[in-house]
Amino acid sequence: MIIALIALGYTMVYGLVELINFAHGDLFMLGGFCALTLLGALGLAPLPSADQIGSATWWFSCAVLFTVVPLFCGGLNWLIDRLAYRPLRSAPRLVPLVSALGVSFILLNLGLFWGGVPIEAFDMGASAAAPKDFPQLVSNTNLLGESSFILFSPKDLLVICVTLPLLVVLVLLVTRTQFGRAMRAVAQNPTAARLVGIDVDRIISLTFILGGALAGVASIIYAFYNNTIFFQMGYRVGIDAFTAAVLGGIGNLVGSVVGGILIGLIRAFSDQYISTEWTNTVVFMILIAVLVFRPAGLLGRSAKEKV
Amino acid sequence: MKLVVDSPPSPSSSPSKRPAFTLLRSSLATLAFALTCFASSQAETTLTIVSSLPKTGSANAQATSIANGIRLALAEVNYKVGDATLTYEDWDDSSPARGNWDPAVEAANADKAIQNPSVIAYLGPYNSGAAKISMPKLNQAGLLMVSPAASWPGLTKPGLGEPNEPSIYRPTGKVTFFRVVPADDLQGDVGAQWAKELGVSSVYILHDGELYGKGVASMFKKGATSRNFSILGFDKIDPKASNYRSLAVKIKQARPDLVYFGGTTQTNAGQLIKDLRASGITSKFMVPDGCYETAFIESAGAEAVQGTTFITFGGVPAHQLKGIGQKFYKSYKATYKVEPEGYAAYGYEATKVVLNAISRAATKDRAGILAAIADTKNFDGALGTWSFDAQGDTTLRIMSGNRVEQGAFVLAKILE
Repeated sequence: MIIALIALGYTMVYGLVELINFAHGDLFMLGGFCALTLLGALGLAPLPSADQIGSATWWFSCAVLFTVVPLFCGGLNWLIDRLAYRPLRSAPRLVPLVSALGVSFILLNLGLFWGGVPIEAFDMGASAAAPKDFPQLVSNTNLLGESSFILFSPKDLLVICVTLPLLVVLVLLVTRTQFGRAMRAVAQNPTAARLVGIDVDRIISLTFILGGALAGVASIIYAFYNNTIFFQMGYRVGIDAFTAAVLGGIGNLVGSVVGGILIGLIRAFSDQYISTEWTNTVVFMILIAVLVFRPAGLLGRSAKEKV
Repeated sequence: MKLVVDSPPSPSSSPSKRPAFTLLRSSLATLAFALTCFASSQAETTLTIVSSLPKTGSANAQATSIANGIRLALAEVNYKVGDATLTYEDWDDSSPARGNWDPAVEAANADKAIQNPSVIAYLGPYNSGAAKISMPKLNQAGLLMVSPAASWPGLTKPGLGEPNEPSIYRPTGKVTFFRVVPADDLQGDVGAQWAKELGVSSVYILHDGELYGKGVASMFKKGATSRNFSILGFDKIDPKASNYRSLAVKIKQARPDLVYFGGTTQTNAGQLIKDLRASGITSKFMVPDGCYETAFIESAGAEAVQGTTFITFGGVPAHQLKGIGQKFYKSYKATYKVEPEGYAAYGYEATKVVLNAISRAATKDRAGILAAIADTKNFDGALGTWSFDAQGDTTLRIMSGNRVEQGAFVLAKILE
């Protein structure tokens, strides 16, 4: 489900400018560091005392997190688009792709640096590259009872309660609003969109901000769920999300979520019934099989070649 | 002034290169001499000690602590042995891309050391996987290597690793690799013994697939089998996964008394224990010395490892050391104002034993020092009194079992 959230960001940008934004995963990682730093500033890191959970401070902190981190990521993504992608908009498609790879490395090292900022108050730990512990802000209690083998904690509930409404809102945004219509027009044909009076650059910028904000939300959820952030986490999560987007049909919002959930399920089943060491192999074999038989992904419509 | 620049030919250097070598070396030495010494006309030679440790990544705290231990040992003798002046270079064998040791960087470090004729000892590496890469190179160059931490048994012990180990690391047939840390065959077995004393009868074993992690996990499995534990599983985890929840569910169903993870902080031990606890598993959790560093507690969160996490370590914690070791601990704390990490004393010990070999060496060159160190007997060091055996292993057998209390390691038991 978290994978699905990140996959949504990939899909939106791809749907619009046909750019695979490799920096998306690393943007997500920086969101995590931003969240931890904020928590430190709010006095909840490193260890929240038990009575802080559910208190007014707790609600306040969560509210701050869910406002500032998406804003931060959205803003950063806008900046990245402005500096690294927009000047290359008319260049061959491979050029912005390379640019995206470069941005990904820059963000990765930024994360490494961020982890090393020796600010005691934020308790980033001794080593810049060490995985950082993220405070336990949501309880682990199994809602189905401690003896049950099916683990369903408030964390899982949180992920579902954030992803599904977001998906609905996004779909409505794209299909029902004027902004959505403009987006679809730009995706279909930028020149024609410009002819009918749509500010193409503005629409693209807004999409990048939206995609960045999604990565921000995903990073908070990820940190709440796994309680660890790490400067290299963007890479693995990014690959998973990209796989989910491709599996579901890149450019298709519902497809991304379906792809994300499917990958999560395949992972869980493979861990349980095959062996953890084969899980990655299984996931990618299924991806390849799907792509061989349905090149556009599970829910994708095969795009007509643009002439 | 006479410069001692000559050394017996090593097997790989061709005779035709030697005059140029000598010339280069003497000009370098003259330069160093002119720059640094005005008073002492007795200084005859400059010897360089290098270390190759992972300083980019979460092992950094450990690696820095080892380098501090090395500096402390050198400072004690004022960077001088007899009339030889010592210099120390602290190299990194990791890369930002991996956040961990990098085979390419370790190989480059080995080459760099070989090409600098004043280098007489290569301290490191930290990881056994890295040692596999530099060992054959340095062996061919006849350059002494002393590792403070690499503990894969196959590096030195025939029959405990792959069938071609350790001979593939010794192309010349001579022993050039020494270590001051006991190998993992002991650690796995000692861990299993400790588990038995803790009342464990069933175990679930995990490892990270790396040389070190898988190695120590297999040794633990061997020890567990011989003590009639029921082995409920032996799985490799994906060290880069974002969480291990589905694995945790599988382990929960198996109901082990203890979960053993052969791996390090860098291969996600912190996340693993966090997810096991999150899914309600209350089994004991045991890890080897790759997790004996504060970064492990930091990444797991003090709460998840409190009380029920057991860490074996191939030695005793620095503050428990006696005699010279206790003196080392005090002067380390006085110099660096922090507690030494687990392997700092081993960096110190490795340097001390090299210094001892230099002072005993008939000729102060690579071959002379190598011959001297192989002859180390009843060395009185920070870790106790010990010798190097014929394979380059320490004769020390003492290990410790540790727990985490309030976010810090505490010694639970001395294991033998």
